Parts: sequence; C-alpha cells; structure tokens
Amino acid sequence: MKIFDSRAWYKFSKNPLSIVGLLIVSLIILMAVFANYLTPFPEHAGPFVDIPNKIKPPSSTYLFGTDKIGRDTFSRIIFGYRTSLYLGVIVLCIAVPIGTSLGLVAGYFGGKIDAIIMRITDIFLSIPPLVLALSIMAFLKPTLTNAMIAVSMMWWPWYTRLIYNLTRSIKNEGFVVSARIVGASHFHIIFREILPNCSASLITKITLDMGFVILIGSSLSFLGLGVQPPTPDLGTMVSQGSKYLPDIWWLSVFPGLAILIIVLGFNLLGDGLKDLFDVEL
Amino acid sequence: MNIKFYLLQRFYSAIIVLIGVSILIFIIARIIPGDPARMALGPTATQEMVEKYRDKLHLNDPIHVQYWFFIKGISEGDLGESVYTKRNVTTDVSKYFPATLELIIFASLIMVCVGVPLGILAGRFKDKPIDNISRLISLLGVVTPSFVWAVFLMIIFAFYLDILPVAGRLSQDTIAPDKITGLIIIDSIIRGQFNVTVDALKHIILPALALSLSALGQASRLTRSNITEVYDKQYIEMARAYGYNEFKIATKYALKPAMIPTLTILGLDFAAMLGNAFLVEFVFAWPGIAKYGVQAILYKDLNAITATTMIIATFFVFTNLIVDLIVAYLNPKIRLSGIQ
Repeated sequence: MKIFDSRAWYKFSKNPLSIVGLLIVSLIILMAVFANYLTPFPEHAGPFVDIPNKIKPPSSTYLFGTDKIGRDTFSRIIFGYRTSLYLGVIVLCIAVPIGTSLGLVAGYFGGKIDAIIMRITDIFLSIPPLVLALSIMAFLKPTLTNAMIAVSMMWWPWYTRLIYNLTRSIKNEGFVVSARIVGASHFHIIFREILPNCSASLITKITLDMGFVILIGSSLSFLGLGVQPPTPDLGTMVSQGSKYLPDIWWLSVFPGLAILIIVLGFNLLGDGLKDLFDVEL
Repeated sequence: MNIKFYLLQRFYSAIIVLIGVSILIFIIARIIPGDPARMALGPTATQEMVEKYRDKLHLNDPIHVQYWFFIKGISEGDLGESVYTKRNVTTDVSKYFPATLELIIFASLIMVCVGVPLGILAGRFKDKPIDNISRLISLLGVVTPSFVWAVFLMIIFAFYLDILPVAGRLSQDTIAPDKITGLIIIDSIIRGQFNVTVDALKHIILPALALSLSALGQASRLTRSNITEVYDKQYIEMARAYGYNEFKIATKYALKPAMIPTLTILGLDFAAMLGNAFLVEFVFAWPGIAKYGVQAILYKDLNAITATTMIIATFFVFTNLIVDLIVAYLNPKIRLSGIQ
C-alpha cells in the first residue's frame, strides 16, 4: 500500500509508542465491531443469568472471571468497549461541528460576534468539565443518549477556542488575503481556505479527545448517571465491582484496566499524529 | 496601562464570567423537561401540593422574575431549601464543603511537592532515566480516570498491604475536634489533639493520592518543558560563563520564569480537582460535597444542585483570579506595565 512506504508513515513509525497506540486502537475497534463473533460468551452482554458459574475467579474459560450472576467479565468488557466507542463517536460528531463553526465565525469576522461567542465559550470553560456534565445530567434521566448530550454540551468550547486561535492566525496569511482580493465569498474563504488548513490540528485533537470523552463518559456511568445496566459499560462495571472489594477483585480491576488501555491507545496515537503533523494544540 | 488597571480588568472579567455561569446554570435548570416541583415531591403528591410548592419556588413567575429571585438569593447567601434534607442549602454546603476542600488542598500539595520537583529533574536530565520515569507517570496519570486510581490504590494499600484505612475521614473510635475551620487536620493541630491529626492524615493519603495522580503528571511535564525552554536562553549561558554554580543558576535565574506559566496551569488543576473529587469521594466514602451533590441529583433536588454547581464554579473562577494575581506579581512584564 502506498501509505506504508510514504514519508509520512516513515515519520509516524519512527516512534514505537505511536505504533503501539495504533495497534491498541485498531485492535479494540476490531473487537468491538465484531464482538458477537470474537467474544467467548456474546449472550453475557445482556441480562443473562448463570448461577452455577457465579463469582468464578479468572481461569482459561473465564479469562477475567465471572460476576455475581455468572456473566463472563471478558465478554462484557469487549461489549463495554462498543458502548464507549459509540459514545465517543457520537459526542465528537455533535461537539466538533458546533465548536468548529463557532470558532471559524468568531475568528474570521471578529468584532461583536467574536466578543459574544468567545465570552460564552469562556463561561462554559470556567466550570470544571465533569461538574458541568453532572449538573446537566442532574436534570435528565440517566441514559446513554442523555449522557452523550451532557458530554457534548461541555466539549464544544474546546474546539471553538482551538479553531478560533487558528483562524485568527490563518486569516492574515497571503493566500487568504489574495482570495479576498479576487473577490471570493466569505463562505468560500472560511470553508475552502481556512478550514482545510485547520484539519491537521482538528484530526489530532479529535484522536486525543476520543480517549478523553470515553474517560468522562465512564466517569458519568461510574456515578450511576450514564449508561444503565444491563447494558455493559466499563464505568458501571468498575462502580459495581468496587462494592465487592477485596474478595472479588477481578470485577473492578479488569474493567478499570480496560478503560486505562483504550484511553492510552488514543493518547499515544494522538501524540504520534501531533508529531507527524507538527501541530500545537 | 498600569497594574491597577490590569487587576481591575481581571476582576471585572471574573464577575462577568460568574454572571454568565449563573445564567447558564439557571437556564439548564429551567429548560430541561419535567416539572421540578413534581420531581421533588414525587408522583404521590397531590396537584394542590405541587402548585403550592411551585409558588414557593417562584416557578409560576415569568422567567426573568425567577432569575431575579435566584440572584437575590445568592447575594443574600440564601440558596433556598433543600428538598431532601429540609435544611437551607447554604447550611448543608458549609457542612460538607470543608471535607472536600481538605481533600483537594492535600491533593494539590502532593501535586506541587512531587510533580514540580519531578519536572525540574526531568528538565535538567533530559532523556535520562528520570525523564522517562516522569514521562511514564504523566502518561499513566492522564489516561487513567481517578476512580480507577482510587480502586487500584485501595486494593494495594488498604487491602493487600493493609497499612492504610479503607474509607472515611476518621476511624470510628476517633472523635473529630470541635469545629474551627472544618478541616480536621488543621483543627486537630490547633486543639493539640495530635492523635486525631495522625488518624486524619492516614485517612486522607489514599483519596488525595488518587485525586492528585492525573494532575501530578501534567504538572511535571509542564514544568519540564518550561525548564528546558528557559535553560536554552542566553542569560543562562551568560550566568554559566560568569562561573555561577548550578544551584544558584537554577534557583535565581531559571526557576522563576519557568514557574510563571506552570502556575497558571496548577491553578486550573487545583480547581478542576473539584470535579474529580466527585469520583474519588464516591470510592472512599468521603463525606464531602460530592456525596451531597450525587444525593441531590438522585432526589432531583433543584436548589441543592444549583447551589453545588454555583459554589464549585465560583471557587473555580476565584482560584483562577488569585492565580492571575500571583502571576501578575511575579511577572515583571505585568507588574510594571500591566500588559500580558
């Protein structure tokens, strides 16, 4: 394949950590997508009960042990990854377009619009992210959809700020000025001249944020304000498992490690992209 | 521009942000579907009771009048009554907040006392083992949610090694000292009850460590990058050429400029711990604001939720303001001219 002998791939693969990140992320995505075929007990993802096999410590059949009603922790972790990735993708699909377009508009037009948008952004950024998400969740029913809404609500300002700063520096570049002189419309300049030049930073930030959105999502469900059982979710699993410490340690330790690994993967991959594109975030 | 103008400007923008936050929280609490009065009283309450309660909460007034009552309440320190505890929310919060404050102060101490020296060492010995260790700690710190740290630390130190207590602020047979500041460690030192201090310290180590680990790594990486930047400057070379010893160079010429940008982030981290405190307090059964907040969320306690968020946001904004003031004092560019 062309990408593998290109210069970009060479630069990316020079750092072994980036490759590790890429491997972790692709492996997790693969497992989550084909969870029905790859997990030993796909039916354990739902409200399955198998009392004779309850509270089994990790063994070759039950890689990470079983819970109080005999469900395989390993299978549930893989299905939990599916929930996490779903949450991450949807949240970024909502937050990135909103944040990016506000940042573009504020940075490009400046003046009053700039002041209004950036003040509002500052207000959102002045509440700790988790607290904002919690206070939104407080008034909503704890479901996956609502958790996605709450996290998106706190996530867009970061994109506004990033794109705003980029736009402000790009809009004085020669190619934008010449586009304006030949009479290009605002729409053309914003979306065809400025936005493409933000794409490297955007892709890097989205990759890094994928991990952090998953982290916040699992924090919400850890507090019981996100995904509800029996839907498998890593945060819920840690929270429920921690009640049985220290005897049934595998119920909280493995899901905890699972969160660590997925966030680590996206983080390493994002750092690799940061070096590759040579961007500052 | 002079320094007074700069400070005034910072103060003014903090106030603007706080007003914005109050509007934001107010809007969130009001636009969300469902009748807060009905939610608070439960499905068994009669329509008449709900109506009465709506009147009490001013829910039947137009939205700007409601906001006026809300702001008036805040300015008088009266944030309404909690539906669940039946006490004034201000009383409740002042009861639970000190525990959380104690926790995040302690966590910040760990963050600064471990993170900053680690960053300085990593910056001085770039790409040496100590740098890689700091890199690993920071990476693990950033990617691991604090509740997972809490569970891991609990398993290792409280269950496996069995050297630290599992939960709570004090052991069952220890009586908390009479309240002065509400921070048990400080209160017990003032009262001279040092056995209580030791007990409280033992209880606070694990939650504070779990809380500080993610911020700690960030603090050390940031210190490192600022230190390496400063060490590349010519005045450091100049100082070396004059034959100053390394210690003097580090303390007199390198640290101060390197710490200024770090300080801003430390301030942000300190305040952001309030959010993560929710997760850590949950694991360690720490009787702080998070327990109160989660309970308020569970019971759809409108006043308590608004108050908790408002207090956390205020704390956040003022921490940043204080950090800005310190930075303004340390940074001669701002101190002398008022320009950042």
